[in-house]
Amino acid sequence: MNILRWLFYALIIRPFILIVLGLNVRRPENLPKDGPAIIVANHNSHLDTMVLMTLFKGWDIHKVRPIAAADYFLKNKLFAWFSLNVIHIIPLDRKAGVKENLFDGIYEALDQNDIVILFPEGSRGEPEKITRFKSGIYYLLRERPDVPVYPVFMHGLGKALPKGAKLFVPFFCDVFIGNGFYYKADKKQFMNTLENRMTELADEGDFPPWE
Amino acid sequence: MLSHISSEIKIVLLGILCLLILSSLISFILTKLKPDKDFSEINLRIKSWWLMASVFTIAIVIHHTVSLIFLAFICYLAFKEYLSLIPTNRAHRAILFWAYLAIPIQFYWIYIGWYGMFIIFIPVYMFLFLPIQSILIGENKGFLRTMGSVHWGLMIMVFGLSHLAYLLVLPGTTGIEAVSGSGLLLYIVILTQCNDVAQFIWGKSFGKHKVVPKVSPNKTWEGLIGGILTTMVLAWFLAPLLTPLETWSTLFTGFLIGLTGFIGDVNLSSLKRDLGIKDSGNTIPGHGGILDRVDSLTYTAPLFFHFIRYFYFV
Repeated sequence: MNILRWLFYALIIRPFILIVLGLNVRRPENLPKDGPAIIVANHNSHLDTMVLMTLFKGWDIHKVRPIAAADYFLKNKLFAWFSLNVIHIIPLDRKAGVKENLFDGIYEALDQNDIVILFPEGSRGEPEKITRFKSGIYYLLRERPDVPVYPVFMHGLGKALPKGAKLFVPFFCDVFIGNGFYYKADKKQFMNTLENRMTELADEGDFPPWE
Repeated sequence: MLSHISSEIKIVLLGILCLLILSSLISFILTKLKPDKDFSEINLRIKSWWLMASVFTIAIVIHHTVSLIFLAFICYLAFKEYLSLIPTNRAHRAILFWAYLAIPIQFYWIYIGWYGMFIIFIPVYMFLFLPIQSILIGENKGFLRTMGSVHWGLMIMVFGLSHLAYLLVLPGTTGIEAVSGSGLLLYIVILTQCNDVAQFIWGKSFGKHKVVPKVSPNKTWEGLIGGILTTMVLAWFLAPLLTPLETWSTLFTGFLIGLTGFIGDVNLSSLKRDLGIKDSGNTIPGHGGILDRVDSLTYTAPLFFHFIRYFYFV
């Protein structure tokens, strides 16, 4: 399965993202080299995960795990097999609300030093607009307060393949990587830090209007 | 493998190699002699020149078809960079998709050597086809902006630059000796890029009087004239190795490339000023984006092509 996953990312996703799409990455050196770590990013497109995975080269790909909505990615058997084994997602039940073992899959990954990708907006939403972050990440980190969080801001993917679009249109994609930070016991303070870090990254770019 | 590459072209490629080694040496010595000055930007630029020259050389010597694919990819990168920089209309996404498709089609006409189609496909057919797409989508807001900006981009970055590729398939009907398209391509690209560098160096050394201060404040008359003269000498010197041009036309070619390379450069500077940016991207370290590197070629390629075609290939 490792070979299959490596082939999928190295031969299909990486060339597609780097050649057809094209990335402009600022500060790649900020990315965590080893887990456990959480990467948080804004979410506009299915391509978001693929771009984040492309930031990791070679065999590193196996320890990077995107968290994805179970209701979407496990909706039929074949797609579920592909999502779990090849894309290597950690399924999350978005509709469950707060319950005891909701984050078990994520804790398991973090405990074996994986790097977990999380989209705190919860859904792709309107292209190129950041919606409010959900507080799930706070509850997740409460149990693992030593795990660092790395904010990543992406622009362009909501133009290339927005939610609901059938047609892929190439655009260069900007990826701004911020410094890592840690959990704070105060929920409001933590959520504010997260949103501020993301806004700072977004403000680095001078993007043309897309209306 | 390199049997289809004439010995003259090999000499010129060797010359480029020497020039790169020389510039690396000079920048190395300058960095050592003046440790208090910062040469990192110039060193980065030279490093990128090495990479670009290597990729370009490989692309033109391996195979004719590889050269065409390479040039199509350059058009694609330039056009994509342009579409990523300009304001675009969400409802008109599909129009951008169809505009991208013009690139493989345009290069197919070049591949089969259909000059008539190559020369009218984007100016006539794409021009008439894109509005139909918009009408079918039914979004009127921003119609003119989308049509204007998409077609302007296609003309500059796809139609204009694709003239480089048609040089490769020009039929040698002159009766002079058989001319190789690779030689002509190499000639125009070397002259245009050297002209950029020459104008930069003349301007840095002697520049005082600005040519177009509002568009490009670093461009001076001294740089422009020095660059044109340098390019005329280089055009005269390289012509016997790469082209069928006679002396009068080598001098005219040098002048044409010197002047219009400058215009191509400030033409895209004007676009960048309008958008409020300095570089079009950061794909090429030290140079900026793809557009920053091919800006001069968007003018010199079609103009040189039609000059040489009218006088030597019809």
